[in-house]
Amino acid sequence: MEHYLGIFVRAVFIENMALTFFLGMCTFIAISKKISTAIGLGIAVVVVLAITVPVNNLIFNTFLREGALAWAGFPEVDLSFLGLLSYIGVIAAMVQILEMVLDRFVPVLYNALGVFLPLITVNCAILGASLMSIDQDQTFSESVVFGLGAGVGWALAITALAGVREKLKYSDVPEGLRGLGITFISVGLISLCFMSFGGIDI
Amino acid sequence: MATQKEVLIDPIFNNNPIALQVLGICSALAVTINMATTLVMCLAVIFVTTMSNLSVSLLRNRIPTNIRIIVQMTIIASLVIVVDEVLKAVAYDISKSLSVFVGLIITNCIVMGRAEAFAMQNGPWLSALDGFGNALGYSVILIGVALIREPLGSGTLLGYEILPTVANGGWYLPNGMLLLAPSAFFIIGFFIWAIRAWKSDQVEEPEYEIAANAQYKEAM
Repeated sequence: MEHYLGIFVRAVFIENMALTFFLGMCTFIAISKKISTAIGLGIAVVVVLAITVPVNNLIFNTFLREGALAWAGFPEVDLSFLGLLSYIGVIAAMVQILEMVLDRFVPVLYNALGVFLPLITVNCAILGASLMSIDQDQTFSESVVFGLGAGVGWALAITALAGVREKLKYSDVPEGLRGLGITFISVGLISLCFMSFGGIDI
Repeated sequence: MATQKEVLIDPIFNNNPIALQVLGICSALAVTINMATTLVMCLAVIFVTTMSNLSVSLLRNRIPTNIRIIVQMTIIASLVIVVDEVLKAVAYDISKSLSVFVGLIITNCIVMGRAEAFAMQNGPWLSALDGFGNALGYSVILIGVALIREPLGSGTLLGYEILPTVANGGWYLPNGMLLLAPSAFFIIGFFIWAIRAWKSDQVEEPEYEIAANAQYKEAM
Protein backbone atom coordinates (compact mmCIF):
# COMPACT_ATOMS: atom_id res chain seq x y z
CA MET A 1 0.00 0.00 0.00
CA GLU A 2 2.78 2.42 0.94
CA HIS A 3 4.43 1.71 -2.38
CA TYR A 4 1.32 2.91 -4.24
CA LEU A 5 0.99 5.96 -2.03
CA GLY A 6 4.60 6.75 -2.87
CA ILE A 7 3.92 6.54 -6.61
CA PHE A 8 0.88 8.78 -6.21
CA VAL A 9 2.64 11.48 -4.20
CA ARG A 10 5.61 11.36 -6.54
CA ALA A 11 3.38 11.81 -9.60
CA VAL A 12 1.38 14.66 -8.06
CA PHE A 13 4.11 16.76 -6.48
CA ILE A 14 7.67 15.72 -7.17
CA GLU A 15 7.40 14.71 -10.81
CA ASN A 16 4.55 16.98 -11.72
CA MET A 17 3.60 16.49 -15.38
CA ALA A 18 3.30 20.16 -16.23
CA LEU A 19 5.91 21.77 -14.04
CA THR A 20 8.74 19.25 -14.08
CA PHE A 21 8.31 17.50 -17.43
CA PHE A 22 6.71 20.39 -19.32
CA LEU A 23 3.95 18.16 -20.66
CA GLY A 24 0.63 19.50 -21.81
CA MET A 25 2.09 23.01 -21.95
CA CYS A 26 0.12 24.20 -24.97
CA THR A 27 -3.26 23.72 -23.32
CA PHE A 28 -1.73 24.62 -19.97
CA ILE A 29 -0.90 28.13 -21.20
CA ALA A 30 -3.88 28.58 -23.50
CA ILE A 31 -6.74 27.53 -21.18
CA SER A 32 -5.55 29.00 -17.89
CA LYS A 33 -7.12 32.44 -18.02
CA LYS A 34 -10.07 31.59 -15.75
CA ILE A 35 -10.19 29.33 -12.69
CA SER A 36 -13.55 27.77 -13.58
CA THR A 37 -12.48 26.61 -17.05
CA ALA A 38 -9.12 25.49 -15.67
CA ILE A 39 -10.85 23.25 -13.12
CA GLY A 40 -13.12 21.81 -15.85
CA LEU A 41 -10.18 20.97 -18.06
CA GLY A 42 -8.26 19.62 -15.07
CA ILE A 43 -11.02 17.16 -14.20
CA ALA A 44 -11.26 16.02 -17.82
CA VAL A 45 -7.52 15.36 -17.86
CA VAL A 46 -7.69 13.39 -14.60
CA VAL A 47 -10.44 11.16 -16.01
CA VAL A 48 -8.74 10.56 -19.34
CA LEU A 49 -5.32 9.90 -17.78
CA ALA A 50 -6.71 7.49 -15.21
CA ILE A 51 -8.26 5.45 -18.04
CA THR A 52 -5.72 5.65 -20.86
CA VAL A 53 -2.49 5.05 -18.94
CA PRO A 54 -3.57 1.62 -17.60
CA VAL A 55 -5.14 0.68 -20.95
CA ASN A 56 -1.96 1.52 -22.86
CA ASN A 57 0.09 -0.34 -20.28
CA LEU A 58 -2.13 -3.37 -20.73
CA ILE A 59 -1.87 -3.19 -24.53
CA PHE A 60 1.91 -2.98 -24.39
CA ASN A 61 2.20 -5.93 -22.02
CA THR A 62 -0.26 -8.22 -23.79
CA PHE A 63 0.42 -7.45 -27.45
CA LEU A 64 3.46 -5.36 -28.24
CA ARG A 65 6.23 -6.35 -25.84
CA GLU A 66 8.92 -8.68 -27.18
CA GLY A 67 7.65 -12.21 -26.63
CA ALA A 68 4.29 -10.96 -25.37
CA LEU A 69 2.44 -12.75 -28.13
CA ALA A 70 3.62 -16.14 -26.86
CA TRP A 71 0.05 -16.92 -25.76
CA ALA A 72 -1.04 -16.66 -29.42
CA GLY A 73 1.77 -18.90 -30.63
CA PHE A 74 4.24 -16.20 -31.78
CA PRO A 75 6.94 -16.17 -29.10
CA GLU A 76 9.50 -14.37 -31.28
CA VAL A 77 7.40 -11.47 -32.49
CA ASP A 78 8.40 -8.00 -31.25
CA LEU A 79 5.83 -5.37 -32.14
CA SER A 80 7.12 -2.63 -29.85
CA PHE A 81 7.77 -0.36 -32.86
CA LEU A 82 4.02 -0.11 -33.32
CA GLY A 83 3.75 1.37 -29.82
CA LEU A 84 3.41 5.06 -30.66
CA LEU A 85 0.75 4.44 -33.29
CA SER A 86 -1.36 2.26 -31.01
CA TYR A 87 -1.10 4.56 -27.98
CA ILE A 88 -2.26 7.59 -29.90
CA GLY A 89 -5.06 5.49 -31.41
CA VAL A 90 -6.14 4.34 -27.96
CA ILE A 91 -6.09 7.89 -26.64
CA ALA A 92 -8.15 9.25 -29.52
CA ALA A 93 -10.63 6.38 -29.25
CA MET A 94 -10.89 6.67 -25.45
CA VAL A 95 -11.60 10.37 -25.62
CA GLN A 96 -14.28 9.75 -28.24
CA ILE A 97 -15.88 6.95 -26.20
CA LEU A 98 -15.75 9.00 -23.02
CA GLU A 99 -17.46 11.84 -24.84
CA MET A 100 -20.29 9.57 -26.02
CA VAL A 101 -20.71 7.85 -22.64
CA LEU A 102 -20.84 11.15 -20.80
CA ASP A 103 -23.32 12.55 -23.30
CA ARG A 104 -25.61 9.55 -22.81
CA PHE A 105 -25.39 8.97 -19.04
CA VAL A 106 -24.04 12.09 -17.32
CA PRO A 107 -25.24 15.03 -19.39
CA VAL A 108 -24.40 17.49 -16.62
CA LEU A 109 -20.74 16.53 -16.71
CA TYR A 110 -20.81 16.43 -20.50
CA ASN A 111 -22.01 20.00 -20.67
CA ALA A 112 -19.28 21.07 -18.31
CA LEU A 113 -16.42 19.18 -19.98
CA GLY A 114 -17.73 18.92 -23.55
CA VAL A 115 -15.61 21.67 -25.04
CA PHE A 116 -12.40 20.37 -23.54
CA LEU A 117 -12.61 16.70 -24.42
CA PRO A 118 -11.48 16.97 -28.07
CA LEU A 119 -8.57 19.17 -26.95
CA ILE A 120 -7.29 16.42 -24.72
CA THR A 121 -6.38 14.09 -27.59
CA VAL A 122 -3.50 16.35 -28.53
CA ASN A 123 -2.46 17.03 -24.94
CA CYS A 124 1.08 15.75 -24.57
CA ALA A 125 0.52 14.96 -20.91
CA ILE A 126 -1.69 12.01 -21.86
CA LEU A 127 0.71 10.43 -24.34
CA GLY A 128 3.67 11.39 -22.18
CA ALA A 129 2.27 9.66 -19.10
CA SER A 130 1.53 6.51 -21.11
CA LEU A 131 5.06 6.45 -22.51
CA MET A 132 6.60 7.04 -19.09
CA SER A 133 4.59 4.32 -17.48
CA ILE A 134 5.81 1.89 -20.15
CA ASP A 135 9.37 3.22 -19.98
CA GLN A 136 9.48 2.51 -16.25
CA ASP A 137 8.10 -1.01 -16.66
CA GLN A 138 5.20 -0.41 -14.32
CA THR A 139 2.77 -3.18 -13.48
CA PHE A 140 -0.92 -2.75 -14.22
CA SER A 141 -1.90 -1.62 -10.70
CA GLU A 142 1.07 0.75 -10.54
CA SER A 143 0.01 2.32 -13.81
CA VAL A 144 -3.53 2.93 -12.49
CA VAL A 145 -2.12 4.86 -9.53
CA PHE A 146 0.43 6.65 -11.69
CA GLY A 147 -2.22 7.74 -14.23
CA LEU A 148 -4.46 9.10 -11.51
CA GLY A 149 -1.58 10.88 -9.77
CA ALA A 150 -0.28 12.44 -12.98
CA GLY A 151 -3.78 13.75 -13.74
CA VAL A 152 -4.30 15.21 -10.28
CA GLY A 153 -0.87 16.88 -10.43
CA TRP A 154 -1.64 18.45 -13.80
CA ALA A 155 -5.06 19.65 -12.63
CA LEU A 156 -3.50 21.16 -9.52
CA ALA A 157 -0.88 22.99 -11.55
CA ILE A 158 -3.32 24.46 -14.09
CA THR A 159 -5.69 25.61 -11.32
CA ALA A 160 -2.82 27.29 -9.49
CA LEU A 161 -1.71 29.05 -12.67
CA ALA A 162 -5.27 30.19 -13.44
CA GLY A 163 -5.49 31.65 -9.93
CA VAL A 164 -2.28 33.59 -10.46
CA ARG A 165 -3.33 34.83 -13.89
CA GLU A 166 -6.71 36.06 -12.69
CA LYS A 167 -4.92 38.33 -10.23
CA LEU A 168 -2.22 39.23 -12.73
CA LYS A 169 -4.83 40.80 -15.00
CA TYR A 170 -4.92 43.86 -12.75
CA SER A 171 -1.20 44.43 -12.51
CA ASP A 172 0.90 46.82 -14.50
CA VAL A 173 3.17 44.60 -16.58
CA PRO A 174 5.96 45.98 -18.83
CA GLU A 175 4.80 46.16 -22.45
CA GLY A 176 6.76 43.34 -24.04
CA LEU A 177 6.02 40.94 -21.20
CA ARG A 178 2.25 41.37 -21.35
CA GLY A 179 0.26 38.19 -21.86
CA LEU A 180 2.49 35.30 -22.86
CA GLY A 181 5.79 36.53 -21.43
CA ILE A 182 4.62 37.14 -17.90
CA THR A 183 2.65 33.88 -17.99
CA PHE A 184 5.85 31.95 -18.64
CA ILE A 185 7.60 33.71 -15.80
CA SER A 186 4.73 32.96 -13.41
CA VAL A 187 4.81 29.30 -14.47
CA GLY A 188 8.53 29.34 -13.71
CA LEU A 189 7.84 30.68 -10.22
CA ILE A 190 5.12 28.08 -9.59
CA SER A 191 7.50 25.41 -10.82
CA LEU A 192 10.12 26.73 -8.39
CA CYS A 193 7.59 26.36 -5.56
CA PHE A 194 6.87 22.78 -6.58
CA MET A 195 10.58 22.00 -6.41
CA SER A 196 10.35 22.38 -2.66
CA PHE A 197 8.39 19.12 -2.60
CA GLY A 198 11.53 17.44 -3.93
CA GLY A 199 12.65 16.15 -0.56
CA ILE A 200 9.46 14.20 0.18
CA ASP A 201 10.06 10.49 0.01
CA ILE A 202 7.62 7.83 1.04
CA MET B 1 -1.09 34.07 -52.19
CA ALA B 2 1.97 34.04 -50.01
CA THR B 3 5.33 33.98 -51.75
CA GLN B 4 7.83 31.25 -51.10
CA LYS B 5 10.16 33.56 -49.22
CA GLU B 6 7.43 34.79 -46.88
CA VAL B 7 6.29 31.28 -46.15
CA LEU B 8 9.81 30.25 -45.23
CA ILE B 9 11.06 33.30 -43.35
CA ASP B 10 7.93 34.58 -41.60
CA PRO B 11 7.65 31.86 -38.95
CA ILE B 12 11.22 32.44 -37.76
CA PHE B 13 10.70 35.84 -36.13
CA ASN B 14 7.47 37.50 -37.27
CA ASN B 15 5.14 34.62 -36.54
CA ASN B 16 7.24 32.35 -34.38
CA PRO B 17 5.40 29.14 -33.44
CA ILE B 18 6.64 29.23 -29.84
CA ALA B 19 6.80 32.93 -29.06
CA LEU B 20 3.62 34.05 -30.80
CA GLN B 21 1.43 31.13 -31.79
CA VAL B 22 2.04 29.33 -28.45
CA LEU B 23 2.50 25.97 -30.14
CA GLY B 24 4.84 23.13 -29.34
CA ILE B 25 6.17 24.41 -26.06
CA CYS B 26 5.85 21.02 -24.39
CA SER B 27 8.99 19.48 -25.80
CA ALA B 28 10.77 22.80 -26.27
CA LEU B 29 11.68 23.08 -22.62
CA ALA B 30 12.59 19.59 -21.58
CA VAL B 31 15.33 18.78 -24.08
CA THR B 32 17.29 22.03 -23.83
CA ILE B 33 19.60 21.04 -20.96
CA ASN B 34 22.37 20.24 -23.39
CA MET B 35 23.10 21.22 -26.95
CA ALA B 36 23.55 17.77 -28.51
CA THR B 37 20.06 16.54 -27.60
CA THR B 38 18.63 19.90 -28.62
CA LEU B 39 20.14 19.69 -32.10
CA VAL B 40 18.91 16.14 -32.57
CA MET B 41 15.45 17.15 -31.41
CA CYS B 42 15.43 20.09 -33.85
CA LEU B 43 16.45 17.88 -36.75
CA ALA B 44 13.75 15.39 -35.83
CA VAL B 45 11.09 18.10 -35.69
CA ILE B 46 12.28 19.66 -38.96
CA PHE B 47 12.05 16.27 -40.67
CA VAL B 48 8.64 15.39 -39.25
CA THR B 49 7.04 18.79 -39.86
CA THR B 50 8.31 19.10 -43.43
CA MET B 51 7.37 15.56 -44.39
CA SER B 52 3.99 15.62 -42.70
CA ASN B 53 3.09 18.91 -44.35
CA LEU B 54 4.17 17.51 -47.69
CA SER B 55 2.24 14.26 -47.33
CA VAL B 56 -0.89 15.90 -45.97
CA SER B 57 -0.80 18.42 -48.80
CA LEU B 58 -0.41 15.69 -51.43
CA LEU B 59 -3.37 13.83 -49.97
CA ARG B 60 -5.47 16.88 -49.16
CA ASN B 61 -8.05 16.36 -51.91
CA ARG B 62 -8.55 12.71 -51.03
CA ILE B 63 -8.89 13.03 -47.25
CA PRO B 64 -12.58 13.05 -46.19
CA THR B 65 -13.10 16.06 -43.92
CA ASN B 66 -14.81 14.06 -41.17
CA ILE B 67 -11.83 11.88 -40.44
CA ARG B 68 -9.05 14.27 -41.38
CA ILE B 69 -7.68 14.52 -37.84
CA ILE B 70 -7.23 10.77 -37.62
CA VAL B 71 -5.59 10.63 -41.05
CA GLN B 72 -3.18 13.43 -40.13
CA MET B 73 -2.44 11.76 -36.82
CA THR B 74 -1.62 8.47 -38.53
CA ILE B 75 0.71 10.15 -41.01
CA ILE B 76 2.49 12.02 -38.23
CA ALA B 77 2.72 8.96 -35.98
CA SER B 78 4.25 6.89 -38.77
CA LEU B 79 6.85 9.58 -39.47
CA VAL B 80 7.72 9.79 -35.78
CA ILE B 81 8.12 6.01 -35.59
CA VAL B 82 10.61 6.23 -38.49
CA VAL B 83 12.58 8.95 -36.66
CA ASP B 84 12.47 7.01 -33.40
CA GLU B 85 13.73 3.78 -34.95
CA VAL B 86 16.50 5.57 -36.88
CA LEU B 87 17.63 7.34 -33.71
CA LYS B 88 17.69 4.09 -31.76
CA ALA B 89 19.87 2.54 -34.45
CA VAL B 90 22.23 5.44 -35.12
CA ALA B 91 22.50 7.44 -31.91
CA TYR B 92 21.39 5.20 -29.09
CA ASP B 93 22.75 7.36 -26.24
CA ILE B 94 21.00 10.50 -27.44
CA SER B 95 17.82 8.55 -28.07
CA LYS B 96 18.00 7.33 -24.46
CA SER B 97 18.45 10.83 -23.08
CA LEU B 98 15.58 12.18 -25.20
CA SER B 99 13.51 9.26 -23.82
CA VAL B 100 9.80 9.93 -24.26
CA PHE B 101 10.23 13.26 -25.99
CA VAL B 102 10.81 11.82 -29.45
CA GLY B 103 7.46 10.05 -29.18
CA LEU B 104 5.92 13.28 -28.02
CA ILE B 105 6.61 14.94 -31.38
CA ILE B 106 3.30 13.29 -32.36
CA THR B 107 1.42 15.54 -30.01
CA ASN B 108 3.63 18.53 -30.74
CA CYS B 109 1.03 21.10 -31.70
CA ILE B 110 3.27 22.65 -34.37
CA VAL B 111 3.12 19.54 -36.55
CA MET B 112 -0.61 19.07 -36.20
CA GLY B 113 -1.32 22.79 -36.33
CA ARG B 114 0.57 23.36 -39.57
CA ALA B 115 -0.93 20.27 -41.21
CA GLU B 116 -4.42 21.47 -40.32
CA ALA B 117 -3.96 25.20 -40.91
CA PHE B 118 -1.67 25.29 -43.92
CA ALA B 119 -1.16 21.97 -45.67
CA MET B 120 -4.89 21.29 -46.06
CA GLN B 121 -5.27 24.41 -48.24
CA ASN B 122 -1.98 24.74 -50.11
CA GLY B 123 0.09 22.91 -52.69
CA PRO B 124 2.83 20.42 -51.76
CA TRP B 125 5.85 22.67 -52.42
CA LEU B 126 4.56 25.65 -50.41
CA SER B 127 3.38 23.33 -47.63
CA ALA B 128 6.76 21.67 -47.33
CA LEU B 129 8.39 25.09 -47.16
CA ASP B 130 5.92 26.20 -44.51
CA GLY B 131 6.62 23.12 -42.42
CA PHE B 132 10.34 23.69 -42.79
CA GLY B 133 10.03 27.36 -41.84
CA ASN B 134 7.94 26.69 -38.76
CA ALA B 135 10.28 23.95 -37.61
CA LEU B 136 13.16 26.41 -38.09
CA GLY B 137 11.33 28.97 -35.96
CA TYR B 138 10.97 26.30 -33.29
CA SER B 139 14.65 25.36 -33.61
CA VAL B 140 15.84 28.97 -33.26
CA ILE B 141 14.17 29.26 -29.87
CA LEU B 142 15.32 25.81 -28.73
CA ILE B 143 18.94 26.39 -29.72
CA GLY B 144 18.82 29.82 -28.10
CA VAL B 145 17.60 28.35 -24.83
CA ALA B 146 20.18 25.55 -24.95
CA LEU B 147 22.92 28.10 -25.65
CA ILE B 148 22.13 29.72 -22.33
CA ARG B 149 21.41 26.62 -20.30
CA GLU B 150 24.30 24.33 -21.16
CA PRO B 151 27.25 26.74 -20.74
CA LEU B 152 25.91 28.44 -17.62
CA GLY B 153 24.49 25.27 -16.10
CA SER B 154 27.39 22.89 -16.60
CA GLY B 155 30.17 24.97 -18.16
CA THR B 156 30.22 23.03 -21.43
CA LEU B 157 28.85 23.37 -24.95
CA LEU B 158 28.31 20.23 -27.03
CA GLY B 159 30.43 18.45 -24.43
CA TYR B 160 33.45 20.80 -24.80
CA GLU B 161 34.43 22.85 -21.79
CA ILE B 162 33.90 26.57 -22.31
CA LEU B 163 33.77 27.91 -18.80
CA PRO B 164 36.23 25.87 -16.71
CA THR B 165 34.28 24.79 -13.64
CA VAL B 166 35.51 24.89 -10.06
CA ALA B 167 35.23 21.11 -9.84
CA ASN B 168 37.78 20.81 -12.67
CA GLY B 169 40.14 23.40 -11.20
CA GLY B 170 38.73 26.40 -13.10
CA TRP B 171 36.99 29.52 -11.84
CA TYR B 172 33.34 29.07 -12.87
CA LEU B 173 30.86 27.84 -10.29
CA PRO B 174 28.05 26.22 -12.32
CA ASN B 175 24.58 27.55 -11.68
CA GLY B 176 22.65 24.37 -10.96
CA MET B 177 19.35 26.21 -11.21
CA LEU B 178 19.74 26.38 -14.99
CA LEU B 179 19.60 22.60 -15.22
CA LEU B 180 16.26 22.52 -13.43
CA ALA B 181 12.80 23.00 -14.87
CA PRO B 182 11.97 26.56 -13.71
CA SER B 183 14.91 28.17 -15.53
CA ALA B 184 13.54 27.03 -18.89
CA PHE B 185 10.30 28.88 -18.23
CA PHE B 186 12.15 32.05 -17.23
CA ILE B 187 14.43 31.94 -20.27
CA ILE B 188 11.52 31.49 -22.70
CA GLY B 189 9.68 34.31 -20.92
CA PHE B 190 12.66 36.62 -21.42
CA PHE B 191 13.06 35.49 -25.04
CA ILE B 192 9.47 36.48 -25.72
CA TRP B 193 10.15 39.82 -24.06
CA ALA B 194 13.21 40.35 -26.26
CA ILE B 195 11.36 39.46 -29.47
CA ARG B 196 8.47 41.72 -28.56
CA ALA B 197 10.75 44.60 -27.62
CA TRP B 198 12.20 44.30 -31.12
CA LYS B 199 8.94 43.65 -33.02
CA SER B 200 6.64 45.87 -31.05
CA ASP B 201 3.54 44.99 -33.12
CA GLN B 202 3.46 41.62 -31.31
CA VAL B 203 2.76 43.22 -27.93
CA GLU B 204 -0.60 42.12 -26.53
CA GLU B 205 -3.27 44.60 -25.54
CA PRO B 206 -3.81 44.79 -21.77
CA GLU B 207 -7.11 43.27 -20.71
CA TYR B 208 -7.61 45.78 -17.99
CA GLU B 209 -6.07 49.18 -17.53
CA ILE B 210 -5.54 50.96 -14.25
CA ALA B 211 -6.61 54.58 -14.48
CA ALA B 212 -3.66 56.92 -14.41
CA ASN B 213 -4.40 58.56 -11.06
CA ALA B 214 -5.93 55.60 -9.23
CA GLN B 215 -4.74 54.89 -5.72
CA TYR B 216 -3.33 51.46 -5.09
CA LYS B 217 -6.30 50.57 -2.87
CA GLU B 218 -8.88 51.63 -5.43
CA ALA B 219 -7.23 49.61 -8.14
CA MET B 220 -7.48 46.37 -6.26
